[in-house]
Amino acid sequence: MSHIHQIAPAPKTYELELDVLSNEPVNREYRLLVLRAPPELLEKCRAGQFFHLLCPQMGGQAPYLRRPMSIYGVYPEHGELHFLYKVTGEGTRALAMLRAGHGLNVLGPLGEPFSIEPEWDRLVLAARGVGLATLAPLALEARRLGKQLTAICSARSEDVLMSVDLFRNMGADVITLTDEDGSSSVENLEAVLIALIDGPGIDAFYTCGSNRLLKLLQKLGTRHGIPGQIALEQQMACGLGMCHCCVRPFQKEEGIVNLRVCREGPVFDIQEAMAW
Amino acid sequence: MVRLDVDIAGLRLKNPIMPASGTFSEDLADVFDLDLLGAHVTKTITRGFRGGNPTPRVCEVGGSMLNSIGIPSKGVGYFLENVVPFYQAYETPLVVSISGNTADEFAQLCAEVSVPGVDAIEVNISCPNIEEDGKAFAIRPSSTFEVMTKLRRATALPLWAKLTPNTGETSEVARAAEEAGADALVVANTILSMAIDIRTRKPKLGNLMGGLSGPSLKPIALRMAYQCARATKIPVIGCGGISTVEDAVEFLIAGASAVQVGTATFINPTAMVTIIDDLSHYLEAEGLSSVREIIGTVEDGEQREGVVFMEAAP
Ligand SMILES: Cc1cc2nc3c(=O)[nH]c(=O)nc-3n(C[C@H](O)[C@H](O)[C@H](O)COP(=O)(O)OP(=O)(O)OC[C@H]3O[C@@H](n4cnc5c(N)ncnc54)[C@H](O)[C@@H]3O)c2cc1C
Ligand SMILES: Cc1cc2nc3c(=O)[nH]c(=O)nc-3n(C[C@H](O)[C@H](O)[C@H](O)COP(=O)(O)O)c2cc1C
Ligand code: FES
Repeated sequence: MSHIHQIAPAPKTYELELDVLSNEPVNREYRLLVLRAPPELLEKCRAGQFFHLLCPQMGGQAPYLRRPMSIYGVYPEHGELHFLYKVTGEGTRALAMLRAGHGLNVLGPLGEPFSIEPEWDRLVLAARGVGLATLAPLALEARRLGKQLTAICSARSEDVLMSVDLFRNMGADVITLTDEDGSSSVENLEAVLIALIDGPGIDAFYTCGSNRLLKLLQKLGTRHGIPGQIALEQQMACGLGMCHCCVRPFQKEEGIVNLRVCREGPVFDIQEAMAW
Repeated sequence: MVRLDVDIAGLRLKNPIMPASGTFSEDLADVFDLDLLGAHVTKTITRGFRGGNPTPRVCEVGGSMLNSIGIPSKGVGYFLENVVPFYQAYETPLVVSISGNTADEFAQLCAEVSVPGVDAIEVNISCPNIEEDGKAFAIRPSSTFEVMTKLRRATALPLWAKLTPNTGETSEVARAAEEAGADALVVANTILSMAIDIRTRKPKLGNLMGGLSGPSLKPIALRMAYQCARATKIPVIGCGGISTVEDAVEFLIAGASAVQVGTATFINPTAMVTIIDDLSHYLEAEGLSSVREIIGTVEDGEQREGVVFMEAAP
């Protein structure tokens, strides 16, 4: 059997040690990690993709597997890659200990990004908490493409609402909803969305994470014929598609199929995603 | 220039470093040139479609991991049409890992994957045998001999038997595989384990139990590789917890002719490439001209006669 030797193409995904530029709290719950990154890496990054971070073993924390984090910001002009994260367990606790000058081993960019179809002009993103980190780069992309974006940001209280300034700076209309004043209820969110549909109209939805939001957007999407995409999470080992630990079920025409969140996702068609 | 090439029962590998089944796929080509590896070893497939186990399918335990992925499989047809052709673009030998619920189904699949483009077959006899109360074929010498005999008749390709650490009869199982015609032994698969979340009191894996892999498995796999190398005359391929060149060299000294790297690739996707580079440097520093000079050089003295075949803690 003769083999055709393939010339190895430039990697699509890099395993690299990057320098930490800063790692500061942005509010009571979230931190912003800024890494210095080379241009060939940054130019490959798209909204919705993620990196698999090798959290350091320090301060008594000994995470083993990598931890997935969405790209929060890509700034080729400054050579910066940003992540916004919430400290929840061993890996993110270790991540929070990084200081300027430390190194961090990253693997990425990984996964399928969000897409914005040419005929979609009025985009609406709805997310809550750290989910906003995943959707933030979409605002950058929308501005680059000259699309009109409305960002519906929800949080427990006003002081932990995130990314509002970022969305405003990107030219998005921002609607904030909080648990504190009751405006984040599903009923109110539905009313807000219906007002947008009946008003300027919505061409596509983008969301992530929450079951409640998924069900609501599936319902409105079906009723009004609005397509949408959702970024989903699942525990990961390899992050590359090799181990099949990160599967979730999806409703396809041929029936229910398991897809890998790290490879076929993390961005999926909102109607194919299944509530959990 | 140090020589890294090794011979596994007639199959020449340009270096002794290859991936472990289930921790490697075409997807790794996104990160580096897969032709750098000594061999390509695919995820175990079954003949028919299989969905795999419920999530969560992995968890970490003290610097190692458990997995209960199961064997999700798109079946042999998909594999022959899509996976085998992908690897034909590479010079590196392709080793296909297979499994079956019964010895006959296993053998049938073995014949079906014996096609051009496949250079060896790794038989995952660490999987449950439904005809023997679900115990893995490779737990007992008798069921190992029986399934290996059928597999041997089903193919002319080199046949590698992958053993399980969930046996108390490592040497006997290794000899049974050799007697039934195995060309090489892959030592070993994961060890059955468990972890419980003390807050929710639920097992951390959806399947309740799973296989331990990573650094904590290494001493066990190393002990088995040593026993197998002593108990048989066929090449042993070490596998279990190998993350660095030091780990790989330890297996080679114990008697392994090549090694597989699994979980370490999840932590550092370029781990195998690093180990290959470091192996050249290591051999050079040791003043050796070929990796073959280090294989089986363990200084076990007179003790080995008494201890090697023991399956009890000293
Ligand atoms: C594609 C993707 C993008 C993500 N983006 C962000 C982000 O931008 N900001 C952010 O704060 N978080 C994000 N997450 C969630 C983040 O990965 C988890 O919060 C983190 O892994 C928790 O690790 P830990 O060790 O601190 O927590 P532990 O609970 O101790 O983690 C134990 C194990 O479970 C896994 N795990 C726990 N929670 C999650 C989760 N929600 N999703 C996947 N794996 C989990 C961990 O990776 C680890 O393997 C994202 C998850 C995915 C899948
Ligand atoms: C996620 C995962 C999936 C695996 N799947 C398979 C498999 O399909 N077939 C198999 O023979 N071994 C499988 N294994 C076992 C590995 O091939 C290897 O024997 C084991 O992980 C020990 O090596 P390591 O410590 O280097 O990972 C799997 C291991 C892991 C971690
Ligand atoms: S994390 Fe390994 S396949 Fe997705």
